[in-house]
Amino acid sequence: MDPNFTVERGTTASRRFAVLGGVLVVALATLPFWGDTASMRLIAEMATYLALAQLWNLLAGYAGLVSVGQQAFVGLGGYALFVMCGWYGIHPLLAIPLAGIVSAALSLPIAFIVFRLRGAQFAVGTWVVAEICQLLIALMSSLGAGSGQSLTPAIVRTVAASKADRDMIFYWCSLGIALIVLGLVYALLRSRHGLALTAIRDSEQASRSVGVDTFRTKLLTYVVVAFATGGVGALIFLQKLRISPAAGFSLNDWTVVVIFMVVIGGIGTIEGPIVGLVIYFVLRQLLADYGSWYLIVMGCVAVFFMLRARDGIWGWIAQRWQLHLFPLRRNFRRGGP
Amino acid sequence: MSLLETCALRAFYGDFQALFDIDFRIDAGETVAIIGANGAGKTTFLRSVIGVLVGSPEMVTFDGDKVGGLPAHALVRRGIAMVPEGRMLFPSLTVEENLRIGAYGRRTGAWDLQRVYRLFPILEERRNTPSMQLSGGQQQMAAIGRALMSNPRIMLCDELSLGLAPIVIGQIYEGLAVIAAEGMTLIIVEQDIHRALAAADRFYCFQEGRVSLTGPAAGYDQAAITAAYFGV
Amino acid sequence: MGIVSIVIQGTLLGGLYALFAVGLSLTFGIMRIINIGHGDLIVLAAFVAMVCVRALGIHPLATLVVVVPVMFGLGYVLQRGLLNRTLGDNILPPLLVTFGLSVIIQNVLLEMFGADTRRLNVGALETSSILLPGGISVGVFPLMTFAVAVLVLGALQLLFFRSDLGRAFRATSDNPVTAGLMGIDNRHLYALAMAIALAVTAVAGVFLAIRSNFDPAVGPDRLIYAFEAIIIGGLGNLWGTLLGAVVLGIAQSAGAAFDPQWQILTGHLAFLVVLVLRPDGLFPRTRD
Repeated sequence: MDPNFTVERGTTASRRFAVLGGVLVVALATLPFWGDTASMRLIAEMATYLALAQLWNLLAGYAGLVSVGQQAFVGLGGYALFVMCGWYGIHPLLAIPLAGIVSAALSLPIAFIVFRLRGAQFAVGTWVVAEICQLLIALMSSLGAGSGQSLTPAIVRTVAASKADRDMIFYWCSLGIALIVLGLVYALLRSRHGLALTAIRDSEQASRSVGVDTFRTKLLTYVVVAFATGGVGALIFLQKLRISPAAGFSLNDWTVVVIFMVVIGGIGTIEGPIVGLVIYFVLRQLLADYGSWYLIVMGCVAVFFMLRARDGIWGWIAQRWQLHLFPLRRNFRRGGP
Repeated sequence: MSLLETCALRAFYGDFQALFDIDFRIDAGETVAIIGANGAGKTTFLRSVIGVLVGSPEMVTFDGDKVGGLPAHALVRRGIAMVPEGRMLFPSLTVEENLRIGAYGRRTGAWDLQRVYRLFPILEERRNTPSMQLSGGQQQMAAIGRALMSNPRIMLCDELSLGLAPIVIGQIYEGLAVIAAEGMTLIIVEQDIHRALAAADRFYCFQEGRVSLTGPAAGYDQAAITAAYFGV
Repeated sequence: MGIVSIVIQGTLLGGLYALFAVGLSLTFGIMRIINIGHGDLIVLAAFVAMVCVRALGIHPLATLVVVVPVMFGLGYVLQRGLLNRTLGDNILPPLLVTFGLSVIIQNVLLEMFGADTRRLNVGALETSSILLPGGISVGVFPLMTFAVAVLVLGALQLLFFRSDLGRAFRATSDNPVTAGLMGIDNRHLYALAMAIALAVTAVAGVFLAIRSNFDPAVGPDRLIYAFEAIIIGGLGNLWGTLLGAVVLGIAQSAGAAFDPQWQILTGHLAFLVVLVLRPDGLFPRTRD
């Protein structure tokens, strides 16, 4: 290669966005000192959903693993935290990453089974696995069976003595986990694996023919996503202080909503799920008084996007303004840095 | 008036342009060969004519109608049939079912099951065999029979000799001669120049998506064809 | 419950599951799509039957005369107007569009009919049973359901192997482009396939509504049972679908005999075992 070429990925827009994003993060991080509890709760919820959406997008949008069963790992992570705190006295905050490890470990035998199924069959297969997890846990009386269990006040107090302090810690954890997941996804996509993943997204057959080990790449992605999803699940139920099979393995809460966000925002990009997240929460707020209508509206919007604008809102924006806020593409530039 | 004519026909695969302004015509009852090297655009041309690749209406005129924008199934019902490259019999169907499905468009005419069996008797013998158990030559006969079953006015034959032994190719082309003698209009795409030219009245030579030479098949100039074929 | 009884009850339950599964098997076999909204369409059919019973005052089984044509028409329109646009190399659009449909149908039913569980009443037919030698009692209605499933499969078998349309379905399933060269209009054919699939789904919905309680949220489970039946049976094989459904039914009955809480779980576990040991199903389509 011409030695005078340098490889860079940043664009002017992405550098401006990085500054803006930094400001936003600082503003959000200081929210507990100037905002009210309601907005803290909303931002925390948005942060956990941002993490879930990024993770599902990594699976479905890049690795081609369209899972409808990610609620399995949310629930398993949640239950893992309750077991570690309740039975073994592990500190709740330490239990979050440990729950991720448990979830990743369980994802291996699950992958052994569901990876036998292709495409749409894989989707339903993951769903069956999530159902099995829910049914099995509902049978375990030591885990509270069908009605679930709560964290004891003693355990809750180990996070912080006062409720206000706990709210603050949970809030920062949510924000932190969203940033970690975002960073993890971005780093993974920029790595060698990311190149392989992008190749699989564009054409699995072609990428296999140029020597990408698609099975290993997919398995790695599946396990990493299970790890992070388990951690997010653990945090979600640590905040709720209570878990039950129906809540932990809820298809609607942990998968349907997440898929809608990603599809509307734009699948196969990092920016898309962020856009979809904002739209989801706006719609939910607007239609809050109309019962399940917000799900009907979201469903219609998602179907519309899949039929008419497959790249979602972000796809349209990116094409119109040539905008890439998380530059993954390597740009070749003549001359030294 | 020609039975089928293309006018400035272009075809694309995504951004890649495979055919550039092809002008082609064939009269009723004629047999025309299209020859050319691998990748010259012969198959793409057939796929464009029969509507597997859809272009704009004025690119293809069939029997006086502009049909360039129509999909394949509509063109088959109007009387264009294709014997696709690689035979493409339906594996789930028996030999006879493969033939019967050729008549799905319900065009009436001289060709029916009995007549196809008379042309290729081996097919009747093996009528209830799953189509993939036939030999390559038999599969090719079934594919030709399947196209005939639609009672087409013109038949497009793509690489009939592909992968077949010379003696079998001989049998196939004998059958084709019978079909042509009964008045069928034929477009034959072949890599085997001599075979194609022997069967045809006229020929077109394609090179890199363009017509590089055309003329009567009888008494062709070997050197000119070599030049048009390889572009040297 | 004795083993014989478990097998008989499970087989009959398999008849209902076969009705669930046939439509899914058809759409997968011909269009290569898995309709995630399949279970919700079964429930939709059940609600249409319920409305018919209320509005017309007819016997629940008589609603088939209305529900089957309605679902047939809905299937045609759904495929032609919506799902045909999703077909292609990319598996995401059909998957996510049918997923969206599933959520939409569930919640529209919820808005219209509320979350109450319902059941269509067929009076004595529901409780009547035949006593077999050995003291095993077999419900008349489950027996009827199984017979209907066999009839439906037999009719489809005839359609697929004895008619022009059936040949066209099989040809299109093999190779849609070449099928176009035979004068087959894929868009119309796919719409017909979905119409037939939903006509069978209508039968499934009516029998579900009579046999068990239903509410707007029970669709996804029916999709899963249908999916498990076709994977256990081996994809693309109609009678395999029935056998897969029977295996699932027996597994569930065996689980229920052990502990009612285990019914669904043992069904799922049987599915996993088959998936691990025989990924192509117990009765894969043999292609010569």
